[in-house]
Amino acid sequence: MIAPLSWLKDYVDIDITPQELEEKLFSCGFEVEELYEVGKDISKVVVGHVLTCEPIPDTHLHVCQVDCGEHGQFQICCGADNVHAGGKFPTALVGATVYATAKDHKTVEGVMTIGKGKLRGYESFGMLCSGVELGVSEDMYPGAGYNGLLVLPDDAPIGADVKPILGLDDWIFDIAITANRPDCQSIVGIAREIAAVLEKPFKAPALDYTTDDVTIDNFKVTVDCPQLCPRYSAHYVHDVKIAESPAWMKRRLTLVGIGAISNVVDITNYILKELGQPMHAFDYTTLEGDAINVRRATEGEKIVTLDETELTLTTENMLICDGVKPVALAGVMGGLNSEIRDTTTTVLFESAKFARDNIRRTSRAVGKSSDSSARYAKGVDEYATVMALKRALHLIEELGCGKVSKLHVDVNTGNSVEPRELTVSIAKVNSVLGITVPNEDIIRIMTNLCFEPKVDGDTLTLQIPAYREDMEGYQDVAEEVIRMYGYDHITPTFMPTAQVTVGGENVVQKTELRLKKALCGVGAHECIHYSFFSPSDLDLLRLPEDATERHAIRIMNPISEELSLMRTTLAASMINAVVRNQKKGNLEGRLFEVAKKFIPKELPLVEYPDERQTLCVATFGTKEDFFTMKGIAEKVAEVLHVEFTYANTTNTFLHPFQTASISCNGEEIGYFGKLAYDIAEECDLRTPMYIMEIDLEVLSKYYGKKAMFTPLPKFPEEQRDLAIVVDKNITCGEIEETMKEACKYITNIKLFDIYEGAQIGVDKKSMAFTVLFTPKEEAFGAESVDGFVKKILKQMNKKFGAELRS
Amino acid sequence: MNANLEQIKQEIIAGAENLTSSKEVYEFKKKFLDGKTGKIGLLMKEMKNIPNDQKAEYGKGVNELKVWALEFLSGLDEKMKAKELQARYESEKIDISLPATKIAEGNLHPITLVRNEIIDIFSGMGFEIFEGPEIETDYYNFTALNTPQDHPARDMQDTFYLSPEFLLRTQTSAGQVHVMEKKQPPIKILSPGKVFRSDDDATHSPMFTQMEGLVVDKGITLCDLQGMLDEFVKQIYGEGTKTRLRPSYFPFTEPSVEVDCSCFECGGKGCKLCKGTGWIEILGAGVVNKKVLENCGIDSDVYSGFAFGIGIERTAMLKYGINNIKLLFESDIKVLNQLNDK
Repeated sequence: MIAPLSWLKDYVDIDITPQELEEKLFSCGFEVEELYEVGKDISKVVVGHVLTCEPIPDTHLHVCQVDCGEHGQFQICCGADNVHAGGKFPTALVGATVYATAKDHKTVEGVMTIGKGKLRGYESFGMLCSGVELGVSEDMYPGAGYNGLLVLPDDAPIGADVKPILGLDDWIFDIAITANRPDCQSIVGIAREIAAVLEKPFKAPALDYTTDDVTIDNFKVTVDCPQLCPRYSAHYVHDVKIAESPAWMKRRLTLVGIGAISNVVDITNYILKELGQPMHAFDYTTLEGDAINVRRATEGEKIVTLDETELTLTTENMLICDGVKPVALAGVMGGLNSEIRDTTTTVLFESAKFARDNIRRTSRAVGKSSDSSARYAKGVDEYATVMALKRALHLIEELGCGKVSKLHVDVNTGNSVEPRELTVSIAKVNSVLGITVPNEDIIRIMTNLCFEPKVDGDTLTLQIPAYREDMEGYQDVAEEVIRMYGYDHITPTFMPTAQVTVGGENVVQKTELRLKKALCGVGAHECIHYSFFSPSDLDLLRLPEDATERHAIRIMNPISEELSLMRTTLAASMINAVVRNQKKGNLEGRLFEVAKKFIPKELPLVEYPDERQTLCVATFGTKEDFFTMKGIAEKVAEVLHVEFTYANTTNTFLHPFQTASISCNGEEIGYFGKLAYDIAEECDLRTPMYIMEIDLEVLSKYYGKKAMFTPLPKFPEEQRDLAIVVDKNITCGEIEETMKEACKYITNIKLFDIYEGAQIGVDKKSMAFTVLFTPKEEAFGAESVDGFVKKILKQMNKKFGAELRS
Repeated sequence: MNANLEQIKQEIIAGAENLTSSKEVYEFKKKFLDGKTGKIGLLMKEMKNIPNDQKAEYGKGVNELKVWALEFLSGLDEKMKAKELQARYESEKIDISLPATKIAEGNLHPITLVRNEIIDIFSGMGFEIFEGPEIETDYYNFTALNTPQDHPARDMQDTFYLSPEFLLRTQTSAGQVHVMEKKQPPIKILSPGKVFRSDDDATHSPMFTQMEGLVVDKGITLCDLQGMLDEFVKQIYGEGTKTRLRPSYFPFTEPSVEVDCSCFECGGKGCKLCKGTGWIEILGAGVVNKKVLENCGIDSDVYSGFAFGIGIERTAMLKYGINNIKLLFESDIKVLNQLNDK
């Protein structure tokens, strides 16, 4: 919300500096995001009186003697065509700052400092300035738009600073307005707050006007959709003379960023900023049937807006129509067919409240926004709607640009614009704050806010103005009291009335943290990736059309297609993270992420999807291999005090012979393996990458399992080394499993060597194991372990044709 | 006979001159002292050929030679070994200024570190940790939090919708309602988690992390909120850090406040970090709106509460001096390596 200080001063006496005002506004909930002087870049420019002005031969230049009063008299060369002796012009002294312009003398190219100069042999001690060089446009100061010197009035005091004369000493406040205070989206709204915080009277804008007897007999307004348009007021003005607005109005509009057009249009824009109420003016002669009808558009209905674009509408959009045709897209933009022209002589003013949500959605849907639609989207109150129409009529009279008829129509849904009563308990108000604000302070604050407080014992009765739609109960009153009383009155306490509670993380949270720390221990860095990914990521993983991962939840309004699906796997983000690292020259490393996968039960969503906490680990680099990743899987099992088993598996994005599924107690919980070469090549990976994904949701049932102490064996354990020759395709896992089946005393099997070579035959390999036998009830007898070994070998021979290596 | 012994002694003395290593000493020693083949050993075997009357003197002489040789050669061995050890050490001289061998250990993500730090502080104050779902219904994210369909506050945050009913939560406050529906006061919960808003630039990420705190009990006031926040900022930013409340607006709290803490960089004097103001905005908070309590079936005449929401990324960025939020989600190992609390 942009508010010029000079405009605010119309409604409240501000006798503090702009910086002090910024502090005051900040303290009561209005953060000033930007505060600057209109002429912040202009300095040392004074009123100069040209005493003599002689042409420099063969040039367009003149050499002038300029009287700058207390600053002295200077020789200045000037190229402007309107320089003349006796004239008063803004004079930039040596050391002054003004805007530098391009060759066209119109385009500002930054700020420059004036130095001594020499033109055609003539010394020059300063510069006579144009409006552009001072940042003053025609609308801000009449005559400033001339492409030559800005002419100052004859009564301008010689040597005086030009900034107050040109309004450059004004200050602009850019104020952030919170969503609960749409009533402050206006100069008057801010001024009311300033009046309250400075404890000064608020001077309401003039609303008076006189009507004549003119009317239009059969004119009527109908509203077909009162829920979208709770109030519609219209007033007819005749004998309109379209002309330029007065300088003061043009100047104000310029300061708040609106270009002046013509008096009637400018009045509507002026009121939008002053009172925060969007208004519209129709050329009445273009309206047919002496009627206004507010209704929803029909499906496919079209309107051409005054920016000459044709829009196709739906029943979600609201139209203002005359007796025959649409004449405006409600709250967004007027129709081209009814706009104010230079020839307009009769005007119908509209001041309405439209539902904020409808205007916001229409504005988005048709891709058209205006100052009006932006304002409506924040919420307009009916108090301002009624006030704005009066103000417009007052300004019509003040500007002398028309006559106010007696034709006034107000269609409403019965909402009062009179203050409503709110009664609260003072004790309740204080109980929110935790301090006791003295009654006299509460009364003072409520009075300043125009709430007309009355206190009867503990009961505080307030008259809430209609523009304060946010005031509903004691909590709102507490907020009003404390923001004006000052938050520095709050004295910190530490919940003296609260009960003691037991805090901390639960077992799942604790276990996940232990897991993360263990993964850090194996050299992996934790990463966090977006919960959404790209459809192209699914292609990267070579997932077939019917893959479950493709059954992903889609964001209806994503930032981009790349961030449009909720992740059904963490693998793609992890591959992308490794790719990014390799692109930056990080060729080795380990990464992990713990995050959720989102598995919908049905699409589109009708119930909460399954959010599955998942672990994803990546290793990459020349030193990494399948078994380092397997080691990380084992680390996970160790942290959770569970055992994993592995089986060969395949996966669309992994090496067909270096991929394992991971199971825990027979339940499959994940996979790991080497990234497929074609994907690695597509991603320009320079070193091998391995990836693992584990479903922590399944494992969470084991969380909290403690490592239990197993008593050390009472009797001595025995150890034997066995080297076995088997076919190459027999796996280590199969051998270990068979050994364990053959003998219940085996407590550990450790592979320590694999040998392949001519000695043992082609297609064969020798595997050497250290096998540990642990006695249970009694010590092993002299021969018993040898017996176990024999049984094991026999079993293995039977199963795989395994032989003891000789 | 003595001449023979003397000859051997001289032979040992002369031979020892040429020895250069402990291995040579060992071989040389064997040559003389080996029981079976050594020269001195053989002299002992000669005993049987010595006439009986000379046996004692012969034996004594050989024995003296043996004792001497043993001592002499052992001394030599020791000296040689000492020399060799020194040489070995010298050969292994290193340039200690060479770079250290890194012991690979990963780091927890800065967001996890900050999250854990905050959890530790509030756990100690009796807060339970509750993590709600990332995908929420419109009801839990907005309506129950006093933000009905037409509410202006819905414009404050651009929401990602998954269906007309489901959305990506825009605030961890959504989790509050789940807790309050299931549990009667006293409630003290802390809800960390990912939240989502359609915003993407140097200071905004479409996904970020919030930590929501909620206390509901009898007689909870704004003073309690400030008291607890004072304790929090002291613990996370250091003793002497102060808080300042200033009015703001959130639909689910009333009054709502923005909370600033005195700048931990300059102590409030004004610096680059606090943009010269002496204060740094750290979180939003307020007294829980009674409508929210009522929506959750909690009697607002008996109970009151406060809530606060901390942006974890912002806290992490302040703490580690990170200027672009995107760095936190890019998983660049060179970045992750630097950010640890070891």
